[in-house]
Amino acid sequence: MKKMILFITGIALGISNFISPVMAETKLIKVDGSSTVFPITEAVAEEFQKQHGSIKVMVGISGTGGGFKRFCRGETDISDASRPIKQKEKDAARENGIAYIEIPVAYDGLSVMVNPKNTWVDHLTVKELKKIWETAAQGVVTKWSQVRDGFPDQEIRLFGPGTDSGTFDYFTEVICGASGASRGDYTASEDDNVLVEGIASDKLALGYFGLAYYEQNKDKLKIVPIDDENDVNGSGAVTPSLETVMNSTYQPLARPIFIYVSTAAAKKEEIQKFVEFYLENAAGLVAEVGYIPLSNSAYKAALERFKRRLTGSVFGNKSLSGMDIDSILSMQGK
Amino acid sequence: MNKTKQNKIIDKCFGFLGIAATLFGLIMLLVFIIDVLSDGLGRINWSFFTSFPSRKPEQAGILSAWVGSVWTMFITAMIALPLGIGAGIHLEEYARKSRLTNFIEINIANLAGVPSVIYGLLGLGLFVRYLQLDRSVLAGGFTLALLILPVIILSTREALRAVPFSMREASYAVGATKWQTVRYQVLPAAFGNILTGIILAMSRAVGETAPLITIGALTYIAFLPQSPIYFSSGFPYLHFSLKGLFDPFTVLPIQIFNWVSRPQKGFFTNAAAGIIVLLGLTLIMNTLAIILRHHHQKKIRW
Repeated sequence: MKKMILFITGIALGISNFISPVMAETKLIKVDGSSTVFPITEAVAEEFQKQHGSIKVMVGISGTGGGFKRFCRGETDISDASRPIKQKEKDAARENGIAYIEIPVAYDGLSVMVNPKNTWVDHLTVKELKKIWETAAQGVVTKWSQVRDGFPDQEIRLFGPGTDSGTFDYFTEVICGASGASRGDYTASEDDNVLVEGIASDKLALGYFGLAYYEQNKDKLKIVPIDDENDVNGSGAVTPSLETVMNSTYQPLARPIFIYVSTAAAKKEEIQKFVEFYLENAAGLVAEVGYIPLSNSAYKAALERFKRRLTGSVFGNKSLSGMDIDSILSMQGK
Repeated sequence: MNKTKQNKIIDKCFGFLGIAATLFGLIMLLVFIIDVLSDGLGRINWSFFTSFPSRKPEQAGILSAWVGSVWTMFITAMIALPLGIGAGIHLEEYARKSRLTNFIEINIANLAGVPSVIYGLLGLGLFVRYLQLDRSVLAGGFTLALLILPVIILSTREALRAVPFSMREASYAVGATKWQTVRYQVLPAAFGNILTGIILAMSRAVGETAPLITIGALTYIAFLPQSPIYFSSGFPYLHFSLKGLFDPFTVLPIQIFNWVSRPQKGFFTNAAAGIIVLLGLTLIMNTLAIILRHHHQKKIRW
């Protein structure tokens, strides 16, 4: 009996193998990259798949750098990035014949945090942050009193993201002056929740990470207003918030975050649909997952950019204010 | 105080130390389980198993994760079992003692102790890149199969060794060949123990995260792999497809890892619920191993 059943199934499988499967071809969109951009792309993918059942979207988390590595080899269609593409990565893309369209999708405010029991810090200047985090500070700046006169003569304990993260690249770029120029003797974690817990349980802690993680842990952390000592974009110390990031007074720690679409992929109908859906729905979804949306005109300009297939990168490694984004988006890429 | 009394006290002390050492592990485990249960038990319901992950924690589920876990385990087993059992039989029954077999044996024992992330790197280089399987279930299955292969070989050998040599001699005495002896005497007798080893190895693989993250399975996936067998309304009704082997996938531990790193509190609850499901799965597999061994031991008398 058992053999009989096996025999029949075998024949059935054999037959069906020779007849090509009659089924709708499912399309797959491959996205990978930054963990910072992930929640936004995930939200877009979720809503997109509800409307377009036959198109599958996978969104990986390899970090901005890891995502670009795959993207520049042509392994993915879209790369999530929390910083603009670097020269090295541009070269790699060119070598492999990969062209891309750069599309900003939201702002992320980097926030500097201390423990709520910390009574002495009411704000920090960019110079003070540099003093704390620059390479030369390693093993030298170890006490709060070295940061500013009047701060207690106690140890300072630092928390920050690991070197694979775009957040790390950006922070070191705008604070320390060069991407990656950070001291190494701090508690590093790619998992922002580890940083939250670390700062929340240590009175002498100071750390930085994305604003979205502060929003969810307001009771455990104290946010530090930042003074860039440049009165053009708002005088004095500014606390990061939806308003201050959007009106560009919270500088220099607000940054645009991106998706990069390969032009080869952009020829496919499902990718066009996805990117258009992304930009049309970004404003609402971005806010929902805790990030700061661009202005409506910026989303329109970005969509225009995609439709005209303007390739190359126009966002240098500098911080941008909201007014700039529209004009930058119409520029020719390099 | 005389010597005997002193020895008795030392004896008692050591007894207490032993109990304390045992309890320490158990209590830690208990605290962990209670903590996870209190966090996540309320989250487990039918829709948790039938929903895809979502940005909204209360709507998110583990459908793609548990289907991915089952599918990956199936492929892992299909690859690792024939290879592992075959190698075990060869080494224990066929291979002559030589420098080479010694060398192989030592290496297998060493491989069983290699950290799993190393297997992930091997999988990334070999299966994902070189063989261009991309980040597919097949690449994941091969990677996990490599990971548990040494364990399966070792436990197969242990099981074969436990079969008394007199059984083999009896088989040869009535004129059986080596293969007949292995096939009809040794393997059936060792079957229970081999199976136990396999299930324990599989329950290790089901909880592995590191090697799969390395090969890039840390992914939001809200669809299921193509089923190997599916039906259509027209002839021939039943279809067979290997496409599902090449689909991207996610597994339970990775879904948990993803949720733990999210800022929203609701995802912690989801992660705790996911951990309960994973713990339950491991527990079921281990229980199965114990039952099978028990059942088998009752059957065999020599």
